Amino acid sequence: MSTISISHVSRWYGNVVAVNDVTMDVGPGVTGLLGPNGAGKSTLIAMMGGFLAPSVGTVTLDGAQVWRNEQAYREIGIVPEREAMYDFLTGREFVVANAELHGLPDPGAAAARALATVEMEHAQDRRIDTYSKGMRQRVKMASALVHEPSVLLLDEPFNGMDPRQRMHLMELLRRMGAEGRTVLFSSHILEEVEQLAAHIEVIVAGRHAASGDFRRIRRLMTDRPHRYLVRSSNDRALAAALIADPSTAGIELDWNERALRIQAIDFERFTRELPRVAREHHIRLLTVSPSDESLESVFSYLVSA
Amino acid sequence: MYDPTVARLTYRALLGRRRALILSALPALLLVIAIAVRLLDAADDAVAVQLLSSFALATMVPIIGVIAGTGAIGPEIDDGSIVYLLSKPLKRPTIIVTKLFVAVAVTMAFSGLPILVAGFILVGGSQQIAAAFAIAAIVASIAYSALFLLLGTVTRHAVVFGLVYALLWEALFGSFVDGARTLSVQQWGLAVAERVVGDGVDVTSAVGLTTAAILLAVVTVAGTWYAGQRLKRLALTGEE
Repeated sequence: MSTISISHVSRWYGNVVAVNDVTMDVGPGVTGLLGPNGAGKSTLIAMMGGFLAPSVGTVTLDGAQVWRNEQAYREIGIVPEREAMYDFLTGREFVVANAELHGLPDPGAAAARALATVEMEHAQDRRIDTYSKGMRQRVKMASALVHEPSVLLLDEPFNGMDPRQRMHLMELLRRMGAEGRTVLFSSHILEEVEQLAAHIEVIVAGRHAASGDFRRIRRLMTDRPHRYLVRSSNDRALAAALIADPSTAGIELDWNERALRIQAIDFERFTRELPRVAREHHIRLLTVSPSDESLESVFSYLVSA
Repeated sequence: MYDPTVARLTYRALLGRRRALILSALPALLLVIAIAVRLLDAADDAVAVQLLSSFALATMVPIIGVIAGTGAIGPEIDDGSIVYLLSKPLKRPTIIVTKLFVAVAVTMAFSGLPILVAGFILVGGSQQIAAAFAIAAIVASIAYSALFLLLGTVTRHAVVFGLVYALLWEALFGSFVDGARTLSVQQWGLAVAERVVGDGVDVTSAVGLTTAAILLAVVTVAGTWYAGQRLKRLALTGEE
């Protein structure tokens, strides 16, 4: 059982702050690191993996500094986001080489175990450059598991995987978590994280925006004001009827767009009430479109909350 | 200080099909020229020395050094696959020293051996010319490998800088400018050749053997040490 502790960690590149005063503990089980692209997830994972020094703050694994401590890799397994591997090797040769580099007593047996875990025996004697994206990901996974680490760090592991491969990897990570390993993976897709991680850490614009189980994160993400753009056969009448309902907090008549801009504070009630109110007043709805549904805006709401 | 797995991976990367072809091109050219000169009956000691010093030692050895030295580490840093070496309980200087061994061995094999053969084709055992230049190439291989391995850890454009150094400094300035000669790996190799070769042959180095040996040792040790430091400080991040 291992815990990675990140304490007041910032990392900047020149004038750009990539990670801004983040403090969190990642313990046994599966943790999802959620955030939009460019939020600093990779930078954070690189620091946890000892590939990058924090500009300030400390990253420790069970009390020992990770940066410049190659002994930490006896406990850490890493699945990098980048594709490059030793493509001229076969899958088996690659995993055996990783086992040897760890100084394991029986590299062949360890590699066979790891390849069986990711179900890659059938293609283990093919060169890596003939593999599909999902197969590469699985061999990377095998190389990270070969020394049975207590910590597993995965940077965007589901990128580019098809649904079947995704399911397979999720199952594997769930099993690793259940075995008591500390599994941390990053993703920019809420549904992915929600399906897999019991615990979620949200990173937005380099800052630690939220932390908790997926219900709490989900609530934070849906319990925010939602903005809609609505066009109808009678905008003024619709606006008058809707503002009377407690699900809305503000309605603007946008004269240029010939549309209503509606701020809903009770998302569920609003989506139920809007069609009902329209029908009751014999108003035809022409357009109903959420104007801030991008994940980025959801995230930025979380940050300002 | 030496890891057989790192060595195996490096050998296989260096001697992959495409790179092996590039590595063999110049030695093949040298052998073709040597055979042609021999067939034309133009081979004598002076011609042999000319060909082996100006083409083989001044141009071929440094270029092979660039390909092997930078190729032993540059591509791995560039594409990020070095993460699989760095995420192991392995001292980073061990990685560098192992890669240096491999680069030296490859440079020696692709330069020393063809030079020896070309020398024999040209003049046989005459005045030990073949042996002298082969030994010079082997000695130069060590310094070139260390230098270009370091370059591979410093810049993404190691091959370009390496070639500029090899062609401009070693081949061009090295032949004309005196000051540049003292700091030229090629001259250090020549100093060894000068000692080995028979008396009547005109091989002269700009530096004495002792100076050459000291400079060579300093460049090799300092270059390797600094490359180890570079690797310790190497930061890897994702594509973000």
